[in-house]
Amino acid sequence: MSANLIWLLWEATLQTLYMVAASTVIGTAFGLPLGVFLATSQRGELLSAPWANKVLGLVVNATRSVPFIILVVAIIPLTRALVGTSIGTDAAIVPLTLAAIPFIARLVENAIREVDAGLIEAARAMGATPFQIIRKVLIREARPGIALGLTLAVVSLIGYSAMVGAVGGEGLGDLGIRYGYQRFMPEVMLAVVVVLIVLVQLVQSLGEWIAARFDKRAPRNRGR
Amino acid sequence: MTGNTAAGAAISFEGVGKAFAGPGGTRVHALEDVTLAVEPGAICGIIGRSGAGKSTLLRMVNGLERPTSGTVTVAGRDVGRAGGAGLRTIRRGVGMIFQHFNLLSSRTVAGNIALPLEIAGTPAPDIRARVADLIARVGLDGLAGRYPAELSGGQKQRVGIARALATQPRVLLSDEATSALDPETTQTVLRLLADINRDLGLTVLLITHEMAVVRDIASHMAVIEGGRIVESGPTYDIFARPTHPTTRSFLGGVTGLTLPGFIAGRMEEARPDGPSDEVIRVTFAGTHATDPMLSKLATELGIASNILAGAIEEVGPHPFGNLLISVDAQRGAEARAYLERHGLLTKVLGYVR
Repeated sequence: MSANLIWLLWEATLQTLYMVAASTVIGTAFGLPLGVFLATSQRGELLSAPWANKVLGLVVNATRSVPFIILVVAIIPLTRALVGTSIGTDAAIVPLTLAAIPFIARLVENAIREVDAGLIEAARAMGATPFQIIRKVLIREARPGIALGLTLAVVSLIGYSAMVGAVGGEGLGDLGIRYGYQRFMPEVMLAVVVVLIVLVQLVQSLGEWIAARFDKRAPRNRGR
Repeated sequence: MTGNTAAGAAISFEGVGKAFAGPGGTRVHALEDVTLAVEPGAICGIIGRSGAGKSTLLRMVNGLERPTSGTVTVAGRDVGRAGGAGLRTIRRGVGMIFQHFNLLSSRTVAGNIALPLEIAGTPAPDIRARVADLIARVGLDGLAGRYPAELSGGQKQRVGIARALATQPRVLLSDEATSALDPETTQTVLRLLADINRDLGLTVLLITHEMAVVRDIASHMAVIEGGRIVESGPTYDIFARPTHPTTRSFLGGVTGLTLPGFIAGRMEEARPDGPSDEVIRVTFAGTHATDPMLSKLATELGIASNILAGAIEEVGPHPFGNLLISVDAQRGAEARAYLERHGLLTKVLGYVR
């Protein structure tokens, strides 16, 4: 493989990391509160708002039902309004983020629902406000689950980011399609796949390490 | 605490009921017309089977459950009608410990004890000092940095107790706090609760399904059955003279009240013709508990008695004994009269041929 190709691969890797990082950060900024709300707003729960819960649940499900490649094309007007253009790596962050928000919200919701209801009761008995319970009990206790959920989200976003070539987004997926497939350069395709495998491995290991650091539930069982 | 509410009570229930919407539009009554007053500094044990409503009753004291009728007051404040900030203030004056401890797995011992103080907005240096005091108070020295998963059940409940005491409440609620512990650990935890009650003058309301817990630390008790209080009063009086069948069946588990099977199987209610033995339950209360009454019965009246079952133990600070004896049925009335005259309680259980 020529030096030129290695350079292309390096650039594509950075672009992928940029898109995934940006959509994860923005997606978490919106998805985490949304997930917390979904987990605490059913009837009789901490923030009891059954109607808002149902409506937001429907929106989340609807967004998650749309195949990513269709979402990318369908929201082009929104992308143009937000970024000023619908083409390129920056523009690709919009559909990636939009896909990340409901996904992260559901993962956070699941992690928070895993927290023992007895802890909520104990905190209520202490005179905690709903906001204090969310911040000091629910999110804190759910940290291992949230870390694993975000790991899953990042791995999925790495996969999604390969499709944004359709709107001129660059990155590893785009490189693989244009060079490996359209220019018949199988060695590029192979290199792209190898880099993706390594990336996903690193993300997964990092996520599990962070989750284990947060998890104080059974210290003696760690590293089974 | 005799069932009537008192103005100076630490906790009082007046005509409290709780009804839920049941299946098919019916109303399910978890509690009905509960009236009970707990005096300041008392340890009141509420005993009942699961589903009797004791948990609902306990949770009304800190507003985790609201009554559908009646009034629950803590130190004169109406809990059932408080909401928002008012309810949170009441809750900070009421500590609670739980059967399954309900500790945060992600916080250390010190972190768990600090939580109610953080919630109350206590400044950090004060929290550190208070947490250190509490750790020493409950005997967890050296374990401040451990996580709950690294502790034994008894240690976890000590953390729970320290946490419940953090905001210096006047009332402590205990929700089956020893039910998940082995008997030995139960004893040490109960002793800690009794010490705290004595040293801090804290009022304790506990629910349990174990009569032994009530016997060991409760100054007062109430028996709950089907959502109603069927019997309440000083623990000692209820142990000595239980009136309700539910109370008796709970007592059977902790006192020597159970007849050996070979006698129970042959016992008849009415006195049969011909020679027979009368089976009598003798309750020794107060100072008489240690008197050798049965040997006096033999020497003074010449009535020989056969001990079938029995135990002498302590209810609170008082010795308390229960014996099942049999005597010749012809002299049964005479023996009972003699024992009653000397301050013991007797009851004929039946006759054996």
